[in-house]
Formats: sequence, C-alpha cells, structure tokens
Amino acid sequence: MALTPAATKAAPPLPVRKPRRNSIDLMDRKRQRWGWLFVAPFGIVFLTFLVAPLAYAFWMSLHTSTLATGTTFTWFANYVKAFTDPIFLGGLGRVGQFALIMIPAQMIVALVAALVLDNLSTALSKFSRLMIFVPYAIPVVIGALMWGFLYSPRFGPATDIFGLVGLAAPDFLSQGSIFASLVNIVTWQWAGYYMIIIYAALRGIDPAIYEAARLDGANGRQIALRVKVPMISSSMVMVLIFSLIGTLQFFTEPQVLRAVAQGAIPVSYTPNMYAYSLAFSYSQFNYAAAISFALGIVVFIGSYLFLFLTRKQSGLK
Amino acid sequence: MAAIGVIAVAAAALTGCSADGAASKSKPEASCTNKIVNKEAPQVTVWAWYPAFEEVVDVFNTSHDDVQVCWTNAGQGNDEYTKFSTSIESKSGAPDVIMLESEVLSSFTIRDALVDLTEYGANDVKDKYTEGSWKDASSGDAVYAIPVDGGPMGMLYRQDLFDQYGIPVPTTWAEFATAAQALKTAGSDGVLVNFPTNGRAFNQALFAQAGSVPFTYDSTSPIDIGIAVDDQGSKDVLNYWNDLVQKGLVTTDDAFTADYNTSLVDGTYAVYLAAAWGPGYLQGLSDADTGAVWRVAPLPQWDTANPVQVNWGGSTFAVTSQATDKELAAQVAIEIFGTDEAWKIGVEKGALFPSYTPMLDSEYFVNLEYPFFGGQQINKEVFLTAAAGYGGATFSPFQNYAYDQLTEELYSMVQGEQDGSQALDDLQATLVKYAAEQGFTVAK
Repeated sequence: MALTPAATKAAPPLPVRKPRRNSIDLMDRKRQRWGWLFVAPFGIVFLTFLVAPLAYAFWMSLHTSTLATGTTFTWFANYVKAFTDPIFLGGLGRVGQFALIMIPAQMIVALVAALVLDNLSTALSKFSRLMIFVPYAIPVVIGALMWGFLYSPRFGPATDIFGLVGLAAPDFLSQGSIFASLVNIVTWQWAGYYMIIIYAALRGIDPAIYEAARLDGANGRQIALRVKVPMISSSMVMVLIFSLIGTLQFFTEPQVLRAVAQGAIPVSYTPNMYAYSLAFSYSQFNYAAAISFALGIVVFIGSYLFLFLTRKQSGLK
Repeated sequence: MAAIGVIAVAAAALTGCSADGAASKSKPEASCTNKIVNKEAPQVTVWAWYPAFEEVVDVFNTSHDDVQVCWTNAGQGNDEYTKFSTSIESKSGAPDVIMLESEVLSSFTIRDALVDLTEYGANDVKDKYTEGSWKDASSGDAVYAIPVDGGPMGMLYRQDLFDQYGIPVPTTWAEFATAAQALKTAGSDGVLVNFPTNGRAFNQALFAQAGSVPFTYDSTSPIDIGIAVDDQGSKDVLNYWNDLVQKGLVTTDDAFTADYNTSLVDGTYAVYLAAAWGPGYLQGLSDADTGAVWRVAPLPQWDTANPVQVNWGGSTFAVTSQATDKELAAQVAIEIFGTDEAWKIGVEKGALFPSYTPMLDSEYFVNLEYPFFGGQQINKEVFLTAAAGYGGATFSPFQNYAYDQLTEELYSMVQGEQDGSQALDDLQATLVKYAAEQGFTVAK
C-alpha cells in the first residue's frame, strides 16, 4: 500500500493536535496494510492461477485461429459460432438431460440415507455413514476406471450374475445404456458427500422440535417429511447448486469411460469434453477458450436463475 | 509403433497434463530417464515411447563424446502429441527431438513445429531407408523426419483353432468371409476376427488396400488439400465388413482396451490382422492361452493377381523448431537408430520392424526365426514382401479429427443406423466442411 501525502505528513510524532478524522484514517490505513499482508499469500495464488488465466483465456477467445490461416482478432465471432454450433448445443442438451436425471437421483439417495442415519444411533449407523461416504474419498478418475472394469462384459460381475439365472447380461457400455451407466457412477460417487452435508444440517436441528411434533401426534414419516425436510431446505438448495454446476461441467467420468467405449461416447459428448478435444486434440485453442467461456456463461446464468427461484428456501431472501 | 492405448492412458492424460511443460526447457538440469555418460557434452532432449528404448539410448551415449541424449517417455501416441501440441502453443517446453508417427507429421508441420531436415544432411541418408517410409516422412522436397520403424501388414492367426475347426487359411477376402462363416457353423464360441470401429489407421489401411487415397496434401502449398474418403473402393471394403458384422460373424469391440487385449490372446479372436509390430504387442499381453499356436500369413487380398500391400503405423524422429541446436538435434535424429547395434536391440527386444534398409536387408533380419511363432521366419515369409510393396501414404494436417470422425461414422454403421456407403459419404461431407472452416481450399 502506498501512503497518501496526508498520511506521510501525519507520520512525524509531533505533539500537534490533529483533527480526529485524520487519526482514524491513519489507523485504518495501518490496519489495512497488515490486512493486505495477511491476504497476500492467497491473493497472489488467486491472481496468478485463477484471474490471470481467466483473463488470458478470455483474450484468446476473442481471436480466431485456423490451421491454414493465421490468428486474427474477431471480437465475439467465436461466441456467435459457439451458440450456433450444433455440437456445443447438443452437448448442452445432453448435460441438461443428465441434470434432470442425475441430480434428483443423487438428492433422493442422499436425503433418504441422511434421514435414516439421523434416526439411528447404533454403532451400525456410524459404520454405514462411513461406508456411504467412502466413494467420495476415491478420486474421480480411479472411480471411473474401476467402473469401466465393472461394466466390462469380460471382467465385470454382470455376466456371471445374469448367467446364474440364465440371462444374457446387458452391455453397459453400448450406445443405449451409457447414459444410465454414467448416472450410476456419478450417483455412487457423490451421493455420500451430499448425504454428509444433509446429515450435518439435520444434526443441527433442536431435538425439542421433534418432541413437540410427536406430542402433536406426528409419526416418524411425518416428522421426517413435514419437519426435518423443510428445516434443512437451505442445505438442500446448496447441494442442488453443487450438483447442478458439477453436472453442467460434466467431464471426468465420460472422458475416462471413453477409453473403453469410444463409439458410445464421442469426443464431444459434453461441452467440457468438446472444449478439451478442441484444444488438445485439434489445436483450436481459441475456439476452445470461447466454448469454455460460453459454458461458463450458461453455468452462471443457470445457477443464478436457480438461486433466484429458490431464494425463499435457501434463506437468501 | 502405432498408438497403443491402454485403459490407464486416459487417466494419465487427465492427471498428467499439469506435469509437463517447463521441465525440458532448462537443458542442462533437465531430468533424464537414462544415464548421461559424458557429462561435458551438450545434451539433446528426446521424447519417445519405443519399447526397450533405454538400451538404445545407452548405446548412443556410450559411443558419442560430442552429444548426449536425454530421454523422456512423455506418453504413447496421442498422450505425447497432446503435450507436444500444448508446448507448441505456449512456445516452450517441447523437446529437441520427438518421436512422431508418420501419420501426424503434417498436423505439426502446418503449425511450423518441425524443422526441415534437408539442410542438416537428411538427404545424405535417404538411400538407407525404404521408399515408402521416406515418402511418409517427407512432403514435397522437404524432409520433416527420419523414419524409424514401419508397420507392413500381415495376418496373424491361431493355427490350433484353424486346425480344430478344419478351416483353411484364407488368402483372399472372399475366402476370409467363408472362413468366418465356417468357424461359426463349426460351433466355435469365438469369432474369426474383430472389426474395431476405433481402429483409425487400421481401418484406413484396409481402405488403402482397395486403392483409397484419402488425402492429397503437400506442405509446400499448405492451404490446398484434396479430400476423397468416399471412393468406391473404400465403400466396397466397408460394406464387406458391415455385412460380416450384421451377420454376427465378426465382433466390433473397441481396440486397445483390456477386454480386447484379452480376447486377442485367449482365443476369442482366431485372427489378428496386424502390422509388423503386432507380434511384439501380442507377446506383451497377459492371460494368454497356454496352448496357443500363432502363425503369420500374408494379408488376404481382393485380387490375388494384383496384390496390394498396406501399412499400419510406423514412426519417425523429427526435430522440433524449439530445438536450441538444430544441427545437433538433427544428428541425434539421424544417428540414434542409425546403427546395426541399436537396431539389434530394436528388433530383438522392442519387436520393431525397421525402415532402415541396412538392417532390413541384412541376412540376420531376413532369416530371423521367431520363437513365438514356432520358429517361423515371419519377415522372410510375410512382412518383407509387405514392406517392399508399400509406396507411402499422405495424411491430412487434421488427421486426429479425421480419425475421430471416422470412428463416429463406423460406430453408427455397426449399430445398424447406416450402411458403409452412407458412412463414408457423411465422413466426406464432414471433413470437407471442417477443412473449409479451417481455411483450406478443398479440391475433390
């Protein structure tokens, strides 16, 4: 922080009466200086690894570069192209479908698990809580690789299990079932994490409220649905936002599964995968930057709209 | 070597992309996988993924006082290309010398990432390489890489399964289709062969056998390109395969997955249509049938009167334009696989098929007996003929895109959504549109 002339003038320790306002300013400035020092480690990392790359990517997205011709500055031409690009829009549509199926699936599993665990207080509940949470502790790439093997007709258990009852196992990696297979992986991985968030919110509720409800004649199901769920709605909204953003940016699971299902998962399966392959397979860094920003815009608008619509439940109002 | 993807590669691509970059720029302190023998000599950084390459590097370093190779394995095929592509864009971080498959050379020359080696004496060694491999590595008068190995194609087959089901070894594609039917009729659980929709260069090689010339491109006029992927020959080939697929006589598993690898060696597929590096690939796989008897025969032909030889894969060493000392880098590119000693390691331990004629024509290589094939002299009987008949190919400067699109069209075909002709018509339209978007002048 550079000192203003007023502050430097005020610095000599002369026993001159100063106006009150100035001395407060000086104190504030001194405090601020220390404040900046404390923020600096974070600030430097934040600027270097988030703001600067973002600014650079945005700058790149304003240029058009093709293989045969050079790079030219084209303002927002890449964005016009992106929002009329059937591959990008198709990818957005696909993650939209994922959002419609995957988010409710994760939320229901997480909510039911949290409500059940909240009612139990045995050693089994602690163990179950851990077990439901464990998939989240597995790195996403490892989880997806593992599921790739589980889905494999040769290495996976499905062939044996279905064989016991004389049926042919479904091909989890075919065009028709890859969607459900991916929903399954994501739900398996994230439901435990959301369960912990919801569970923590449930633990924060005053048990006296349950007692009051019980005295009023509410049964367990009614307490769960009429008392607990409304009281944790702000956590539910947070979970929803997390999973909404995660789903719109869907990348790792399909990218990893693509190694074993290249036909069913094309390179442009989701917008993020499209941006990745544009940049790193087809060397279209500029258009990839534009696609990434376009996706960012969609995510921002999507989450903002959602927060606006649920402002009552989330307590933001 | 062709790009041999394994299941873990995707993971490496995701987790490893932050690790590359600046590592090789500071040349003296660069971390090498190999040992530097002469510490005072200038170093040349090399990226390569050849099997048994470390021994080849050791041979080079012990025999050179003037230059030392600092080698890193930056991943196979596309993994390495992704890193290289990123370092081109960021203008730092590329090695001096890089292993590239010949099919991607023009994808990098168009980005000015490779050095024309003619001014560093490349043409002096031209006659040491096969004609086809030299053509693959050059564009017009420019030479962008020194060929290393090739992939002439042959048919690897399970003699024991053929005998068990009483099937004669096919020499034409018509006989091949009959054999596929016969195997099924005889009650085998497996199939004759797999037709991978992600075969990429493999699929293209099958088309080439029917005369397909997908691209005409010359880096001396870099904005002109000819695209002809919808020729009748390719359509006939594709419809032939689609017919086998729809009859259930061949499978359509993705290639280079764990499932596919196991099927290759456990008898699910009785035939492996392979390049000359295929035997090395097979030997590296686990879970093999203990009683398997592998033999090699020439690739089936459409017309035995006019046999056509094709190539799948094949790699080179190129000098990048980020190289600090280009002359030294060119020397490494030329000399590293330029000795019999290095090639002996390449052939015996790496199972490479040389494009380097002093080795290719040597008595040793011609008569080499392969224990894996029961002592069969596979070079003399199959691959040398195949290599001699290969005249080179031309690839597009957006080959990765072209292959990805081919995979999508082929997948749609085997799903029964379209026939082979439609698949290639669509591919043609997509590629022409893409080339035009990328600023090329497209000639049919």
